[in-house]
Amino acid sequence: MSDAHGHSADHPADHFSHHVRRYLFVFYALLFGTIITVAASYIPFGHRALNIGVALFIACGKAFLVAGYFMHLISERKMIYGIMAFTAFFFIGLMGLTLWAMGDFPFNTVRH
Amino acid sequence: MDIPYTVQPRQDTGLYNAKVGIWLFLASEVMLFGALFSSYILLRVGAQEGYWPHGWLNIPVGTANTIVLITSSITTVMAWASLKMNNFGKFKFYHACTILLACCFVGIKSYEYHDKFTHYSIKLADGNIADGHLVEKSKDFNLEQKTGDIVIHGHKVDLNNKQGEELQKELKKIYDIRSPEGREVKHEELKISAAQIASMETYGPWHNTYTAIYFTLTGLHALHVIGGALVIGFLWGPGSKMWKTDPERFTNRIEVSGLFWHFVDLVWIFLFPVLYLL
Repeated sequence: MSDAHGHSADHPADHFSHHVRRYLFVFYALLFGTIITVAASYIPFGHRALNIGVALFIACGKAFLVAGYFMHLISERKMIYGIMAFTAFFFIGLMGLTLWAMGDFPFNTVRH
Repeated sequence: MDIPYTVQPRQDTGLYNAKVGIWLFLASEVMLFGALFSSYILLRVGAQEGYWPHGWLNIPVGTANTIVLITSSITTVMAWASLKMNNFGKFKFYHACTILLACCFVGIKSYEYHDKFTHYSIKLADGNIADGHLVEKSKDFNLEQKTGDIVIHGHKVDLNNKQGEELQKELKKIYDIRSPEGREVKHEELKISAAQIASMETYGPWHNTYTAIYFTLTGLHALHVIGGALVIGFLWGPGSKMWKTDPERFTNRIEVSGLFWHFVDLVWIFLFPVLYLL
């Protein structure tokens, strides 16, 4: 298990105070990321696709912080990585199929 | 009979069983929300030019809700860390904050939903569209019998005989609130009699594909918030008795519920820009 998890409840408190400082840093980073996301949405990058790319890039960074530090994925057991690898494979496959389908609209599709 | 591996890790996985269970569950959740996100992409890309809404949601309110959820994530992890440091009092404080923040999130979301259910799009008999929030309906208002009238705070858009760029500019007054055309719209009180109305509907899930996917995604997410808050509420209240009898198992329960809560936060991290900002 992660270094944060592997200790029993009687572990010295000062060890966890180190983790607490890290959690607070992640919290501030997430707040900053939120402000940056909103601010970036008001900047016209020339094409809407660029705005989408920037917003999703920041969202991915925030997701990494939450999954990596709050969910401790950054230092987990191989079993969890295995589960996540399968999930990532199928998720990417799902999005790949979606992108593939976007270029394959049937002729005369009614759009709403 | 005791349930095995609630505290001690299994030799083959190196983890206690509940942790493997929650990660398998979260994997299925990734695919559930992934399917809805892919539906969103297809609906958005397939939308007719000018008809996909931008700026329909209140950004300051959405930002506030994002901050509420991020704050609840830190209180959740701090609650677990407090137990690891043998500080039950701090655990109680942090998880009380989590529950309050969850209620705050649902409250703000309800306010946003109410805003959509009181926002009307009225197609008039002359082909124009009146769009705005309900002020009042007369008591005898009946659309089928064409009696009474309705007052909205909004504006009218004339889409008659417009094509190409002219149509796109007019559409922006409804569909792209953040565009220059959308910003210059002046809202006023409009009194419309039922006889003038061809059809009308609120901005509920039935209005168009955007509102349909918006309510589906945020509704499912809100159900997760409520479910997570109920579990955390139980562990904060009656479930916390376990701390006295089996503290390590209780700490693991808090960790597992926390993993779910962080996942809910993680989903919102993507929902917020996708639905509110882009």
